[in-house]
Amino acid sequence: MRHLMKDKEHLFRMAALFVGGIVLFVIVRAVMLPKDFGKLGHYRPGALEDNAKRVPVFAGKPACLECHTDMIERQKGSKHAAINCEACHWALSKHAADPSVKPVRPDAKAICLVCHTANVAKPKKFPQIDPKTHMEGGPCNECHQPHHPEKGPEKPAVQEAKK
Amino acid sequence: MSETKSNRREFLATGTQLVLLTGAAAVAWEHVMAGSPEKAPNYKTTEHWWAMTIDIEKCIGCGNCVRACKTENDVKEEFFRTWVERYHVEGTEMERPEVDSPNGGFDGFREKYKAGENSKNFFVPKLCNHCSHSPCTQVCPVGATFESPDGVVLADKTYCVGCRYCVQACPYGCRYIDPRTETVDKCSLCYHRITKGLTTACCETCPTGTRKLGDLKNPADPIHEFLQSHKVQVLKPQMATGSKLYYNGLDGSVR
Ligand code: HEC
Ligand code: HEC
Ligand code: HEC
Ligand code: HEC
Repeated sequence: MRHLMKDKEHLFRMAALFVGGIVLFVIVRAVMLPKDFGKLGHYRPGALEDNAKRVPVFAGKPACLECHTDMIERQKGSKHAAINCEACHWALSKHAADPSVKPVRPDAKAICLVCHTANVAKPKKFPQIDPKTHMEGGPCNECHQPHHPEKGPEKPAVQEAKK
Repeated sequence: MSETKSNRREFLATGTQLVLLTGAAAVAWEHVMAGSPEKAPNYKTTEHWWAMTIDIEKCIGCGNCVRACKTENDVKEEFFRTWVERYHVEGTEMERPEVDSPNGGFDGFREKYKAGENSKNFFVPKLCNHCSHSPCTQVCPVGATFESPDGVVLADKTYCVGCRYCVQACPYGCRYIDPRTETVDKCSLCYHRITKGLTTACCETCPTGTRKLGDLKNPADPIHEFLQSHKVQVLKPQMATGSKLYYNGLDGSVR
């Protein structure tokens, strides 16, 4: 009998180790897991808030038009009216929150070419130009208003100097 | 010209008004900059189900989306949450398209092919498909990535152990490990923007309306009209991932 017991002892020890391990795991898990884990699914609901709390860098067109109301009139009838301001002016939420943060004036030509340089992979319908041959590659905003390119130039700086 | 001149004068004349407006806008903008979702209390996760439509016939490969995503989300240089691919399919070579994406399209695309060579050329913007039965969330051993109640596949960076299972599981190659944190990073569909009533950074800067964010639970959203009037397709439909990225004009050669 004692012989038999001795033969099985290692099994009991192993079982005890397993049970101990499981109990330890359950305790550690209970302590480590946030209380609401699994409330919505197999994840921590706080992660939703973590993802949502960052601050936007692009303000969005409605924010721009709250102050730059003249732009609605200026762009009326232009194919560029559908383009959001920040597609050209880039991220300006800091300026929108505080207009004393002055945005840099974009380099018109560099910006135009981002979209309008001809490429065979572009849809045929999209107006494209070869910057080398189109009007000898002159400065785009001398002939096109950036905000209404179907119209001629508009140079507030020049106009103001004339006043 | 005289029209713009008077506009300009108006703009200056209403300077005082502008100052007032500035204050009003600043208040309205405050909650957005504060960044806490509880300050935008109108958002309820159960009332939205986000999706995106991509109209390949409109994409001009300008790369605005790629750059905007990096600006908005602080994506490290050599990684991409969204990128643009250029396809070149010759004659009947549907099975063997030539695909390139120099720097993810960040710097735009230099002309590489000639017109009229019996080939078709087009751009395909890619990003996380925000699948509703996503393989990537199913393999996560710690619950650090999941489908949110509003249909966005998100990552929980404080929980991620960096095991890379999800990176391998994503059939679209949309995940990567951020070397700065050694945790997974991916498109969050600009969750911090859409929960505040803004659109994603890529949609905001897309000049042609190729990309459009849509809320499938909002009956008034134009996405319903788009889905009904176009023949849309998802990527790798045979994998039944429940992708919510609907492509119009998707070519059979696109993988
Ligand atoms: C709170 C009101 C307000 C909002 C919102 C606002 N702006 Fe402005 N913006 C101004 C004012 C005021 C000026 C004039 C600042 C100056 O001249 O010092 C200005 C100047 C500018 C200029 C520079 C003009 C120049 O002379 O170079 C640009 C470009 C501009 N805004 C673009 C934008 C865009 C794009 C947005 C949207 C993201 C935007 N603004 C949102 C008030 C606003
Ligand atoms: C197609 C690209 C493009 C878009 C879209 C665009 N802008 Fe501009 N904007 C420019 C460029 C280029 C200049 C610089 C013009 C120059 O230097 O002659 C400019 C200049 C300005 C200026 C200062 C000079 C001026 O003409 O008053 C303001 C203010 C401005 N933009 C506001 C806006 C707002 C607000 C929107 C959105 C409604 C907008 N822009 C959309 C390209 C763009
Ligand atoms: C962010 C992309 C983008 C930028 C930058 C841009 N455009 Fe455009 N442009 C467009 C889109 C989109 C259209 C509308 C195309 C359409 O509806 O077919 C357009 C239309 C035009 C048209 C009208 C063509 C026609 O068919 O009548 C002209 C001209 C034009 N742009 C010139 C310019 C100039 C000049 C600049 C630089 C100041 C510029 N664009 C910058 C996207 C852009
Ligand atoms: C000397 C004046 C002038 C300059 C400089 C100029 N353009 Fe034009 N552009 C025109 C005229 C005139 C047209 C309309 C006639 C035509 O289509 O050729 C036009 C047409 C266009 C169109 C529409 C083409 C189409 O297929 O419908 C685009 C786009 C355009 N220009 C972009 C630019 C860009 C970008 C630049 C700067 C690199 C630029 N333009 C410089 C005068 C000019």
